[in-house]
Amino acid sequence: MTDWSPILRNVTDDDRVFKALADPTRRFLLDRLFERDGRTLTELESDLEMTRFGVMKHLRVLEDANLVVTRRSGREKLHFLNPVPIRLVHDRWIDKYRERQVSALADLKHELEKEDSA
Amino acid sequence: MTTKTDLATQVYRVYIKASPEAVWDAITKPEWSERYGYGGRVEYDLRPGGTYRAFASEDMKQARAQMGGAPTPDVIVDGEVVESDPPRRLVQTWRMLMDVGPMAEGFTRLTYEIVETIPGVSKLTLTHELEGAPRLALFLAGGMETEGAGGGWSEVLSDLKTLLETGDSFRG
Repeated sequence: MTDWSPILRNVTDDDRVFKALADPTRRFLLDRLFERDGRTLTELESDLEMTRFGVMKHLRVLEDANLVVTRRSGREKLHFLNPVPIRLVHDRWIDKYRERQVSALADLKHELEKEDSA
Repeated sequence: MTTKTDLATQVYRVYIKASPEAVWDAITKPEWSERYGYGGRVEYDLRPGGTYRAFASEDMKQARAQMGGAPTPDVIVDGEVVESDPPRRLVQTWRMLMDVGPMAEGFTRLTYEIVETIPGVSKLTLTHELEGAPRLALFLAGGMETEGAGGGWSEVLSDLKTLLETGDSFRG
């Protein structure tokens, strides 16, 4: 069933990002691309104790989550880290809670100062 | 800290709940460009060889004046349109004029590709070829965000998505 609801669709996009990030091999692959972008499967595979097929499967999950984008360059398929979904997750989930923490501290300060002056 | 300075090409992709025409307009029209990202107006002559210029916003000029250093030029990015196929593909050259370092690195090549994946949803892919421009690459990857230089393309594209989907940008 195709879900056309924008809200549910967004949930699904975030789900894919979190699922993709929930695996150490996939985080390792992202770190490798962060160090140097635009790598081939062969290059990425050489850093891992894993079959080519296994690495391909992990890259596929990263691509589905839009964390890795591939681009053809001549006969090679190059893998690029796409940081935008991480930025979106950061803005949506991390900034929000950090703000609440900060505002809780601000409220506390306000309360304490009020007591002081009373 | 590891940075992305040694890479020659950066690729960014974002899915936006908006038509390809809306995404195209947001990239190429000044009334849109001043509402997200670094907030400056753009000027595009959308034909091969046509000029491209991006201007500093007043907010940016003020913020940079407060940080000290050289005054901000009016035109902060310039370039030339290589290929324009609205609303699908825009190829251009791109040179940053805001600081001497990136400016000296000269023109780079930027490609926007827009594909409608399902009705009303656009996949925007930005490819920036940055051969010989390591300073610019670091800035665009958001590597200078803590120095107040903004989050580069990730932030710009996230903001563009927010603006088109909600009508508000990060700055409201």
